[in-house]
Amino acid sequence: MKPHGDIAQQQAQLIVTSTLLMLLIIVPVIALTLFFAFRYRQSNTEATYSPDWDHSTRLELVIWGAPLLIIIALGAITWISTHKLDPFRPLDRISESKPLPADVKPMVVYAVSMDWKWLFIYPEQGIATINELAAPVDRPIHFRFTSTTVMNTFYVPALAGMIYTMPGMETQLHAVINKAGVYDGLSAHYSGAGFSDMRFKFHGLSDEAFAAWVAKNKAGGNTLTRADYLKLEQPSAKEPIQRFANVEPGLWSAIVDRCVDGKKMCSSQMMAIDAAGGAGKGGVASTMRSSWRDADGNKRERYVVAALCTPTNPLGLPIEIEAGASDATTVATAPKN
Amino acid sequence: MSNAVVAQHQAAEQLHPVLGRLGWEALPLHEPILIATFIAVALGGLTVFALITKFRLWGYLWRDWVTSIDHKKIGIMYMILGIVMLLRGFADALMMRAHQAMSFGENVGFLPPHHYDQVFTAHGVIMIFFVAMPFVTGFMNYVVPLQIGARDVAFPFLNNFSFWMTAGGAVLVMISLFVGEFAKTGWLAYPPLSGILASPDVGVDYYLWSLQIAGVGTTLSGINLIATIIKMRAPGMTMMKMPVFTWTSLCTNVLIVATFPVLAATLALLTADRYLGTNFFTNDLGGNAMLYVNLIWIWGHPEVYILVLPIFGIFSEVVSTFSRKKLFGYASMVYATVVITILSYLVWLHHFFTMGSGASVNSFFGITTMIISIPTGAKIFNWLFTMYRGRIKFEVPMLWTVGFMITFTVGGMTGVLLAVPAADFVLHNSLFLIAHFHNVIIGGVVFGAFAGINYWFPKAFGFRLDAFWGKVSFWCWFIGFWVAFTPLYIMGLMGVTRRVSHFDDMSLQPYFVVAAIGGGIVALGIAAFLIQIAVSIWRRKELRDTTGDIWGGRTLEWSTSSPPPDYNFAFTPIAHEMDAWHDMKQRGVERPKKGFVAIHMPKNTGAGFVIAMLATAMGFALIWHMYILAALGLAATVIASIVHTFNYDRDFHIPADAVTRTEDERTRALAAAATSAA
Repeated sequence: MKPHGDIAQQQAQLIVTSTLLMLLIIVPVIALTLFFAFRYRQSNTEATYSPDWDHSTRLELVIWGAPLLIIIALGAITWISTHKLDPFRPLDRISESKPLPADVKPMVVYAVSMDWKWLFIYPEQGIATINELAAPVDRPIHFRFTSTTVMNTFYVPALAGMIYTMPGMETQLHAVINKAGVYDGLSAHYSGAGFSDMRFKFHGLSDEAFAAWVAKNKAGGNTLTRADYLKLEQPSAKEPIQRFANVEPGLWSAIVDRCVDGKKMCSSQMMAIDAAGGAGKGGVASTMRSSWRDADGNKRERYVVAALCTPTNPLGLPIEIEAGASDATTVATAPKN
Repeated sequence: MSNAVVAQHQAAEQLHPVLGRLGWEALPLHEPILIATFIAVALGGLTVFALITKFRLWGYLWRDWVTSIDHKKIGIMYMILGIVMLLRGFADALMMRAHQAMSFGENVGFLPPHHYDQVFTAHGVIMIFFVAMPFVTGFMNYVVPLQIGARDVAFPFLNNFSFWMTAGGAVLVMISLFVGEFAKTGWLAYPPLSGILASPDVGVDYYLWSLQIAGVGTTLSGINLIATIIKMRAPGMTMMKMPVFTWTSLCTNVLIVATFPVLAATLALLTADRYLGTNFFTNDLGGNAMLYVNLIWIWGHPEVYILVLPIFGIFSEVVSTFSRKKLFGYASMVYATVVITILSYLVWLHHFFTMGSGASVNSFFGITTMIISIPTGAKIFNWLFTMYRGRIKFEVPMLWTVGFMITFTVGGMTGVLLAVPAADFVLHNSLFLIAHFHNVIIGGVVFGAFAGINYWFPKAFGFRLDAFWGKVSFWCWFIGFWVAFTPLYIMGLMGVTRRVSHFDDMSLQPYFVVAAIGGGIVALGIAAFLIQIAVSIWRRKELRDTTGDIWGGRTLEWSTSSPPPDYNFAFTPIAHEMDAWHDMKQRGVERPKKGFVAIHMPKNTGAGFVIAMLATAMGFALIWHMYILAALGLAATVIASIVHTFNYDRDFHIPADAVTRTEDERTRALAAAATSAA
C-alpha cells in the first residue's frame, strides 16, 4: 500500500489497525495450537492426560468472550470508519494536517467505463479525455461513475478504494490526491476480453501544471459529440489517449440514462412513467428493435423502448440540468405533457 | 405478437432444425492446447474402456455401482467424482499460474484472453460445484447413516438420482472443453456480461444448464439427508447426543434446501433473459443487474458455509479421536454451528460493499459478518482445548487438522479484515481477496477433505492409506499453499487485481513466479495423494484392518466391520451417551452373535441413472438450441420418471442365514485380530 491521497491513507491505516487488533487473538491461537500439539503428543507421557475432561464454564466464557470483545471493538471501528469513509460523503478535510478551506468547491469528474477504455468528462473545464485522468493536488474531487455496457470498477490504488461503475446506474466517490505524481488507475472488475488493458494513468498535478494540462486538452479544439460517443462505445482495447476540447451538452446524463443515440427512451423517463402507473399495454407498442454493436461482426439485436417525442422536444432528447449543480442521482427529468 | 415470441422466431430462422447452433466450428480445432488435451483424454478414456471390457467389468459396474442405492457406494462415487474433477480444476489453476508468471511486457503468455477467461471461470465453477460439493456430499452420504445407526438414507433411490444429476452437470462442463466453449464471465456470471448481448456464445449456456442440473441433485440430496437425520437416528440418540459431524451435516443440508432453490431461480431468470428475451437483468427495458448480484450472493454466501460446516464436523471427529479425549465443549460446538447457519443468511451484501450501498447498510453487513467469526473462533478454541490434556497421535488426519487450525485461523483473520467495508474498498477484487478465499477453502475445505479421506478410507475399504505418502502429500499441500498464496496477499495489498491476463509492470513478475512455484508444490501434493492411493491398494494386505475400529473411534460407524456390510447394522444399535461407540466400549457391551433376522433392504435400480442422463442430454440440447431434441429429452425424462413410479419391485430381504454368515465371519475376524494382538 502506497497511499498518496487522504482517503487511501485512512483506508490503509484502517487495515493496519484492524489487523493489529485481530492479531491480539490470532497469535495466541496459533501459538497455543503449536504448543498443545507439541506438549500433548503421544510420546510425552509426562503431560497430564484427562480423557473425560470436556467442559469448563470459565474457559467457555473466555472462548466466547474474548472474540466477542475484539469484535465489539472492531465493530465500533467499522461503524465509524464506514460512515467517515463513505465514498458518497463529501470530504471534510484535505489531509491529516490540512483542514478543508471554507470556499473550496470539489472538482467534478464524470467517469464512464467503456469496452475497454475510460472516458473522463470535466464539466467545470468543459473538456474530456480517453484513458487519462488528472487532478490538481489538494483539491477535493467528486467523481460520478457509470458504465456503457457491463460492470467495471474504478480503482486508483494511491487515491482511494474502488467503486463499481454500472450501466444505467450512477455511483460516486469523493477523494483527494495530496502528492503530485503519476499513478496507476485500472478497472478491477473483470469485464470481458479487453479487461486486462483497461488501465490509465492518473496525474496528480500542481495547480499550474493542471491549468497547463487543461490548456493542452483545449488546444485541439474538437468536440466530443453524441456521434463520437457512439463510435467510441464500440469495443476496442489499448485505445490511445484522446483529448476533447469541448463536450456536447447533456452527454453525461444521456449516458447514465442510456439514450445517447436519441432514439431510445431515457431510463429516467421510463421510470417516471412507471412511477405514475405505467403505460399499460400501450408500453409494448413503443418498443423497437435496435442493433447492438455490430462492429465486432456478431449481428445482435435487442428490444428497446423508443424515445418519446413532444412538441417542445421533437427528438425526445433528455433535458439537461446544469452540470454539477445537483448531487441528485437523477439528472434528467421526464418531459411534462 | 410479444417480444419474446418475435425474438424466438428470428432466432429460429438461423438455426439448424436438429443441430441448432451446433456445427463443425464448435470444435476447437484451432486450439493446440485443447487438441492435445482431447487426445490425452480420449486415449485415457479408451484405455479405461478397454480395461473394463477386458476384465469384463461392465456388468459389475452397472449392477454394483451405477444402479446402486447403497449410501456407502454412492458416497464413494461422489468422492471419485470430486477427485476426478479436482484434477481438471487444478489443471486450470496450474495453467493460470503458469500463464500469469509468463505474461509480462512483450510476452503475452500462452493463453489468449479468449481462452484464459474460460480457464478462470471453469476453475471456479469446477472447484466449488464439482469438487468441493461432491466431497462434502460424499462424506455426508457415507458417514451420516453409519453415525446415526441407520441402514441407509431415508430415500435411497433419490440418493442415486441426486448423484447422477450432479455427475450429469459435471459431464456438461467437461463437454464444454471440446464442444463449443465455457463461459468467459467469472464463476458467478454477473450480468450484463453474462447476458446474451455481451456473451452471445454457448459458454454461459453451458454454465447455466450444468449448474441447474447439478443443483437439482444437490437440493434433493439435501432433503434426503435432513429426513435421514431427523427420522432415522438410533433409539436413544437425542439431538444433543448426535455426533458433531452429523450435526454439522444437518445444518449444511438445511442451508442447501433453503438456498439452492434461490440459485435455481436466479439461473432460471438469467436463462429466460438469454433464451426468451425477458429483461430481468438487462438495462434497456427496466431490468437491473443488481438484482442478480443480490440473488446470487443470497445463495453464494450460505454456500460457503454449506462447504465448510461438514468439514468442521470432520475436524471435530478427527481431533477428538486422535487426542483420545472427549470433544471439548460439545454443546457450545453445536450452538456455534447453529448460530453460523442462521448468520450465514445475513451477510450476503459483504460481497459487494463497493457497489454503492449506503454507509449504514454496509456497516450492518460488515458487522454481521464479523459476528460470524465469534462462533467460528469458539470452534477453533474447542478443538484447541480438545487437544489440551490429550494424548495426541499424529496420524495423517491429525496432521491435516493441525495444518488446518493454523492456516484457517489466518484465513479467518483476513476474512474479518475484508468485512470492514472501508478496508474492502481497497481489497475487493484484489489478489488479497483471492488469497483469502483460497486460504479458507484450501485451508478449510480441502485440508478437511483430505483429513476425512485418510480418516474414513479404512472404514470404506478395510485397509489404511499409506502414511508415508499421506505425509508427503500433506507437507506439499501445506508448504505449496503458503508459497502460492503469500505473494498473492502481498500483491493484493499493492493493488494488483484478479482475472488479469497480461501485466505491464515487470516488478510484479517475481511474485507471480513464486506463486507458480507454489502451485507446482501443490501439484506434487496431489501427485503424492494419487501415489498414496495406488501404493495403499498395492500394499493392502499389510495395511489391512480387521477390527473395524482402526483409530479407536468414538462414534457408531466404528462399531461395524470395515467395510461395513450392506445392511450396516445387523441390529439397530441403541445410544445411551454422546459418543455411543466409545460408551459401548467403556461399558463392555457384547456384540450380538446370534438370533439374526432377515433384513429389509431397498433394491438397486437403473432409473436414477437413466433419468439423470436424459436430463443431461436435454441440457446439452438446450445449450445448443436443439429444440426438437430438447423437447424429446424433456418428454423422455418425464416419461422415465413416471414409468419409475410404476416399479413396485423396490425392496428385498437379506435372508437371516446370509446375515448370520456375514456376522459369523466378522466374529471370526475379530477373534483372529484379538489373538494376533495378544
